[in-house]
Parts: sequence; structure tokens; C-alpha cells
Amino acid sequence: MKNEVLFEIKDLEVSYGSIAALKGISLDVHKGEIVAILGANGAGKTTTMRTISQLLKAKSGSIRFKEHELTQLPAHKIVGLGISHSPEGRRVFGVLTVEENLMLGAFSQKSMDREILDWVFQLFPRLKERRKQLAGTLSGGEQQMLAIGRALMSKPEMLLLDEPSLGIAPILVKAIFKQISEIAKSGVTVLLVEQNAKAALKLADRGYVLDVGKIALSGTSAELLASEKVQEAYLGKKH
Amino acid sequence: MDIFLQQLANGLTIGSMFALVALGYTMVYGVMRLINFAHGDMVAASAFVGLTIYTQVMGQATSLGAVIVIFLLTAAVMACIGILLERLAYRPLREAPRLSAVVSALGASLVIQNGIMLIWGPRMRIFPELVPQVYWDLGGVVISLIQVIILALSLVLMIALYLFVEKTRMGAAIRASSIDQDAARLMGINVNSVIALIFIIGSSLGAVGGLFIGLYYRGITFNMGWQYGLYAFIAAILGGIGNIPGAMLGGMLLGLFNAFIAGYVSSTWADAFTFILLILILIVRPTGILGERVAEKV
Repeated sequence: MKNEVLFEIKDLEVSYGSIAALKGISLDVHKGEIVAILGANGAGKTTTMRTISQLLKAKSGSIRFKEHELTQLPAHKIVGLGISHSPEGRRVFGVLTVEENLMLGAFSQKSMDREILDWVFQLFPRLKERRKQLAGTLSGGEQQMLAIGRALMSKPEMLLLDEPSLGIAPILVKAIFKQISEIAKSGVTVLLVEQNAKAALKLADRGYVLDVGKIALSGTSAELLASEKVQEAYLGKKH
Repeated sequence: MDIFLQQLANGLTIGSMFALVALGYTMVYGVMRLINFAHGDMVAASAFVGLTIYTQVMGQATSLGAVIVIFLLTAAVMACIGILLERLAYRPLREAPRLSAVVSALGASLVIQNGIMLIWGPRMRIFPELVPQVYWDLGGVVISLIQVIILALSLVLMIALYLFVEKTRMGAAIRASSIDQDAARLMGINVNSVIALIFIIGSSLGAVGGLFIGLYYRGITFNMGWQYGLYAFIAAILGGIGNIPGAMLGGMLLGLFNAFIAGYVSSTWADAFTFILLILILIVRPTGILGERVAEKV
């Protein structure tokens, strides 16, 4: 079922005032895939994610998810369509408990699904241990688990993960990436933004490389890993 | 001891009025990081709206049912004006620098204050005696029916608000929006609706506060919102602005502080001491008594 296009961005342009952040990017994600968006700081990765969620408005271009055109919708309508976003910097509700954060993750649902909650606790047992603790007192890695868990609470078809490895101890990065692949195996399509190209490409089926607001390269993970450009720019290998 | 108990009763009465008004400041600040300077004038307007509803709509009836209707209608009218205020004065400036919104708030304050003057005139008006003058002498301490009503109704409203914010789905949306608006949107929360709701709640509670001011002090003037608004604003800061139980606590404490200064020092000096208190809070504990819990690890 990996050839059905679930999500498609076409000629997307976004700017901050007069500064163009995305200069016409196009990409697609098929059902069941893990797709990575790679690139350096300022390449436009987070801008892409925030525009998909409509926290930023596109200047032109289209973003389609199934039969819905997203660019005309307000931000709070997106999660209800089946796209859930775990944002850069985690953005957990620091003064609320872990449990309250997860309940807010299910806000778009009529009621909270116990099974999903159990699944999230199974993926990230730390969250279960700390469910009465304030989210702001968790470590960075635990907050990341919470951000992903919170995003799963809305039962998304597609999960947007923005820099899940940012500022997290390497051992936890490994654990989190393992659980991301578990999430994908359960049938959730994943669009992942990462600076850690190696880890991301190991996990992803395909990838796009963003460079100052444009797609510089795209291909399967194997192709990208083998590409000299990617190796030079992101994996620190010189040829 | 008599002075102490008497001022305790008086302090709790004015404290509940401060607290009701302070909630409007603190809720708006919590979600929008904006001091709604027009809130005090909204409170003043409520007393005049209540007066007009009493004379024009209710035919000067003072039965219990009529008084309840006056309260409900006034709250409803003020809630509508609150929504209008947000739409016209604040929503267009949502993305603008914060100073623009503050200037807009000050402008809205002047518009409402002058609006009251144009409609009801510049002279002091006497608020109707909606509650019979009943007093109890409890061994030297005199407590009036109106004081009991103010305190009891304020407590009921505050407990109801607290439960609403802590226990319901919309309450969770308010709390999430006050922490991180973008993250709240990602959860599917319509932040615009939350802001409208906050103005509805804040204006309605302010309306009850304004009617209490009319009932308790009897004389109402078009510019009284400035004074009561300032007191309530100080109460909100005292409790920790943005914090709902903080506004309740701050209001009560400020009311007691005021009453004791008036009782033991001099009522002419009550204002001066209140501002000294404000300055001391800002120096010693700028986040207020219950301040925002700071637990964020970076």
C-alpha cells in the first residue's frame, strides 16, 4: 500500500515579511512511509512543518492531505483531519502534568481513547512512571517522548516530527528513533525533519534535502546515503 | 477587637468585589499577555447598565426574582460588549507589537468612560436599593445583608470558575492557550474561541462586581472604573497576574489590607498604603504570591 499518495506539497512558497523562507518546494508522502526532510539550520525545515500545520500561512502553492486542501484552513482544524504535529523544541505544557498533556493531545477527539493512552505508555514507559509529574520537570528526552506521545493521542494518520533528536542525550535519541519506527509499523505515516541526517536516513524510506528554501536533492534513503553531496554536507565525509 | 472583627467583615466584602474584577484582568493577561485597561471602565459601565435595566426594563421592581433578572441581564449585556471590545480593539492588533495593544486598551478605556458620560451624564447617580437594608448587630460588629450577599455570591462564582477551569474540557483549553497558543492550536484548540470565552467570563464577573459596587457604595460615577480597576489590577498583581486562584487571593488580601488601614490608620491614607504595598510586591516578589509556577527546563 506504499504507492498511494497521502500527502502532497506543490510549489509551496512561504515568506517572513520580505524574506523568502520557502521558494517553491514540492514533495509527496505515500501512505505508510517514513519520509525525512534534511537540511542545515535555516534551510526551511521547520517552516515547512509549521506551514503544513497552518501555524504559518503560505504565500502560494498547495498542501493536500487526502481530499483536503490545507492552506485555506485555520491551524486548529488540521489535527482533526488526521495530521498531528510534534513541534520543534517539544513545546510541552510545562506547568501541566504529563497526564494532562496527554489528555490535551486528545482534545480533537470526542473522548480520550484509553487504548491509545495505554499504547503511548507502552511505547514510552517513562511517561507512565511520571504521569503525575509536571512536564516542565522532565528531562529533554522525556519531554520529547511526551511531545510524540501527545501527538499520538489524536490518533493521527500522519505524524509530523520536527527534530526529535534536538538537544537530547544520544542514548535517548536511539530509544526514541526505535519507537518512531514502531509507530510507523503500526500504520502511521511519518514525516520527519532532522539535522541528524544519518539517524534520519537509517529510519526513513525516502528523503528530501532542503537547501535555503529549495529542494536540492531527493531520493530513497539508500540513494541519499550514497550521494556525495549528502555525505559531504551532512555526514562530515570528505571526498 | 471590635474594630478588628468589623474591619475583617468590611475587608472581606470589598475584597470579594476586588477579586471578581481582578479575575477579568488576570484571565485576559493569562492568555493574551495584555493588560485590558478598559476592564475597570467595563465594571463602571455595568453599574449604569444595571441602573437602566432596573428603571427601564424591570419597572423599578425589587423582588428577589427581579434582582436576579437584573444581574443576569447586566452580565449578558456586558458579555456582549466584552466580545465587541475584543473584536474591535484587540483582535486587529493580535500580531502587532505589544505596546500597540496597550495603547489600544487605554483608548478603549477612554471610549467606554466617555461613552458612559455621554449616555448617563457626568453627575453622580444613585444606585437603587435592590437589597433591603437589614443589619445584624453581632456583639458590636455590624454586618449587613448586602455584605453577606456580596461575600456569598462572590465565593460561589469563584468556586464555579475554579472548577470550570480545572475540571472541564473548555477549562483545559483555556489553560493550554495561556501556556502556549501555538501548541494549543496543534491540539485542535480554537484559540480565538478561547479568547472570546475569556472576555465573556471576565466581563460577566466584572458586571457582577460593578453591580456590587453600586449596591454597596450607592453612588456611581462615570469615571469610577479607573479607581476600582486600579485596585483590582493591584489585586491581580498581588496574587500573581495570570493566575486565577491568585486573583481571588489577591483581591481578598487587598480588601482586608485596605479595611485594616482604614480602621487602624486612616481611611484617607488607605490609597497611599495600597500603592506602597504594590511597590513593595513589585520589589520583593514581582511574580506575586502565587506567581506562575516556573518549572520549565531548557
